[in-house]
Amino acid sequence: MNPDLIKMIFGRLNLEALPIHEPILVGTFAVVATGGLALFAIVTYFRLWSYLWREWFTTVDHKRIGIMYMILGIVMLLRGFADALMMRLQQAIAFNGADGYLPAHHYDQIFTAHGVIMIFFVAMPLVTGLMNYVVPLQIGARDVSFPFLNNFSFWMTVGGAVLVMMSLFVGEFARTGWLAYPPLSNIGYSPDVGVDYYIWGLQVAGVGTTLSGINLVCTIVKLRAPGMTMMKMPVFTWTSLCTNVLIVASFPVLTAVLALLSLDRYVGTNFFTNDFGGNPMMYVNLIWIWGHPEVYILVLPAFGIFSEVTATFSGKRLFGYTSMVYATVVITILSYLVWLHHFFTMGSGASVNSFFGITTMIISIPTGAKMFNWLFTMYRGRIRFELPMMWTVAFMLTFVIGGMTGVLLAVPPADFVLHNSLFLIAHFHNVIIGGVLFGLFAGINYWFPKAFGFRLDPFWGKLSFWFWVSGFYFAFMPLYVLGLMGVTRRLRVFDDPSLQIWFVIAAFGAFLILLGIGAMLVQFAVSILRREQLKDTTGDPWNARTLEWATSSPPPDYNFAFTPVVYDNDAWWDMKRRGYKRPLTGFKPIHMPSNTGTGIILAGFATVMGFALIWYIWWLAAVSFVALLAVAIGHTFNYHRDFHIPADAVVRTEDARTRVLAAGAQT
Amino acid sequence: MSVAITTQSSIQDSEPVFHVIDEHDHPEGASTMLGFWIYLMSDCLIFAMLFATYGVLGGNYAAGPSPKDLFDLKLVALNTTMLLLSSITYGFAMLTMEKSKIGQTQLWLAITGLFGLAFLGIELTEFAHMIHEGATPQRSAFLSSFFTLVGTHGLHVTFGLVWLVTLMVQTARFGLTEANRRRLMCLSMFWHFLDVVWIGVFTFVYLLGMLR
Repeated sequence: MNPDLIKMIFGRLNLEALPIHEPILVGTFAVVATGGLALFAIVTYFRLWSYLWREWFTTVDHKRIGIMYMILGIVMLLRGFADALMMRLQQAIAFNGADGYLPAHHYDQIFTAHGVIMIFFVAMPLVTGLMNYVVPLQIGARDVSFPFLNNFSFWMTVGGAVLVMMSLFVGEFARTGWLAYPPLSNIGYSPDVGVDYYIWGLQVAGVGTTLSGINLVCTIVKLRAPGMTMMKMPVFTWTSLCTNVLIVASFPVLTAVLALLSLDRYVGTNFFTNDFGGNPMMYVNLIWIWGHPEVYILVLPAFGIFSEVTATFSGKRLFGYTSMVYATVVITILSYLVWLHHFFTMGSGASVNSFFGITTMIISIPTGAKMFNWLFTMYRGRIRFELPMMWTVAFMLTFVIGGMTGVLLAVPPADFVLHNSLFLIAHFHNVIIGGVLFGLFAGINYWFPKAFGFRLDPFWGKLSFWFWVSGFYFAFMPLYVLGLMGVTRRLRVFDDPSLQIWFVIAAFGAFLILLGIGAMLVQFAVSILRREQLKDTTGDPWNARTLEWATSSPPPDYNFAFTPVVYDNDAWWDMKRRGYKRPLTGFKPIHMPSNTGTGIILAGFATVMGFALIWYIWWLAAVSFVALLAVAIGHTFNYHRDFHIPADAVVRTEDARTRVLAAGAQT
Repeated sequence: MSVAITTQSSIQDSEPVFHVIDEHDHPEGASTMLGFWIYLMSDCLIFAMLFATYGVLGGNYAAGPSPKDLFDLKLVALNTTMLLLSSITYGFAMLTMEKSKIGQTQLWLAITGLFGLAFLGIELTEFAHMIHEGATPQRSAFLSSFFTLVGTHGLHVTFGLVWLVTLMVQTARFGLTEANRRRLMCLSMFWHFLDVVWIGVFTFVYLLGMLR
């Protein structure tokens, strides 16, 4: 066939894009393909497709979307962690002239993919998932402000994840590090599809993240139950509000900077080139103006989770609610004034570096205030060391270490020595694992019974906890040592044999974390099998304080049969204390949004368009863009997007709960 | 303190009410305006980044043409007039919408669209002229950032036109319903927002560019 025609149809996609000569990738593909086929077969055999489509893929229920976000995050965690394990193994054996088992071409993709996946497709979906699930319940709302957008946002995030995963088997991923600094990421030095996968994966997912940020801000501002003033909102809702404000205020920056990079790559503009007046440091500045708020986007909800957990499991009102709120707001603002500390070595001079060094150190003050608030909440409390509380204590111990090394790095002269070293790697894993991930695990263990109606198995949970926490210390404390000795990040082979022992210890730590993840998966499986023993009939298994525990576990579609009225910070605690009686009669039809398949279809077209742009398949990009526009416009012609749950259906649901509660009270 | 005590006691006196008894449906689209404002601010940030990039790179001509060689202020003034007039006519559309005069609303919307088209036409003429003279986006960082900033604004106007036509069709088919009024209101905000951004472009890129 005519090669020009083939090029027109397939762009630069050809059979060589399939990595059949890389045994590791072929093996991975075999496993993924077998697993995928098995899943497909099971779903088909049990005829679940239409159920999944009707009840899950097209759902606009914030609770189901939240759960789907969590599943996405956990699946991607497995991928991101596999990358981590491979890196640790490579670094542990590539000594004394040995080359390790990963060729440079592959290794560089792995460390890039690890960072991208862990931040964008593990931490973000897990955080967004929890906010999605919990916030409307905590504020006594029926759903988010824009339920359809919520569904669309989720599928856009999935679309981004699909593109990144696809790069494993079709073509390759970026070899640039997770922020893809130019000029390395520019077309001259990265002419292949890797960076394009990176760009379009993040752009597609970024649309979803921005929209979900707008959605949750509106939800929190507009849909709070009567009586819940701003200063009566639960702290998790507060931190979610600040996080979503940060999302809205920072993700457009990422969108813009990636758009400029793609112009450089696709059109040949000169934003970040070394000649024709371009300036690569402009990219570094812009991407960190997004990147620094991003870390607070991740950690603020975790702070919120710790606040809820500490108060609940200490049986006390949260100490210093007001200071907690102000600390959160101050962190939100300060997170915008520190971006330059990521590249003190740029050469911006002593005054600029001092300014950013000082703002960075100031952030530790509100964070420290939070730490003391949690400690004082625990002080003289009747602490129950359930799993969420254990994760919280582990966080407090671990995060303080990460915070202190952070303040150390904030000192510009020290940073000149430690810049780009493993000390930095140890620092940010210390705060992201010790802060964000531990927080998410606390949150998952805390709210799981709310979402599914049974608690998670404590034995396997504790096993997972100890493997994770000890594994973390084994894996990252050696990196602090190595960093202080001057070892830089992203190295594939080493000359100095005396370093090996530290890398072996770190690899051992990663192995412990593997056991931790395994135990967590077993925990989920065991809990599902033992769901009758672990059942929560009360809707309030932890004797907790906020509104989400006022309804059943799992909550009905409409969350609350009647919208609650709030008098106190700890609204549910207040209701319990003052003898709240659940209404048993007088139910009315409830106004709810209808499901729609438009979100998944739109995201599907966006993903196809991303793929076409990556491979220069211009006709497909044009077709999918037109389809995207047509479906979006078509959707606006549908004016009937809601329905009423009839009163007798509400009565049936509520009566069933009454019986369950009565049965629970007798035993 | 005394306030707290009185509320506490008054609540204890009467049975506390923990749920809304007489609840109404949430009015549809109650959060739409707020949501759209927040969206506009996020879009504003994209423009802010493009302005910042132009601010940093706008003087890097790489021995190529500078604003003085390229910009024709008379043409840009005409262009600005088109966009400002389109904002005024959109305002008239909203005023007639308030009075539920569907025919006049459509007429003003159509005029707005024509002004928008004129703006885009003039902009594209300007671009074509510059490219013809060799001042392409690839020529220098100044031109890269110029074309991107102005072009992104132009793309927004294009998108606004598509939206305008869609809304005119919907208004024709379904009338000035509650939902359609809300949509027209959103597009109105979008349109004026683009106007404000353009004033920034006109001042910062064109006027200051001539002084550079």
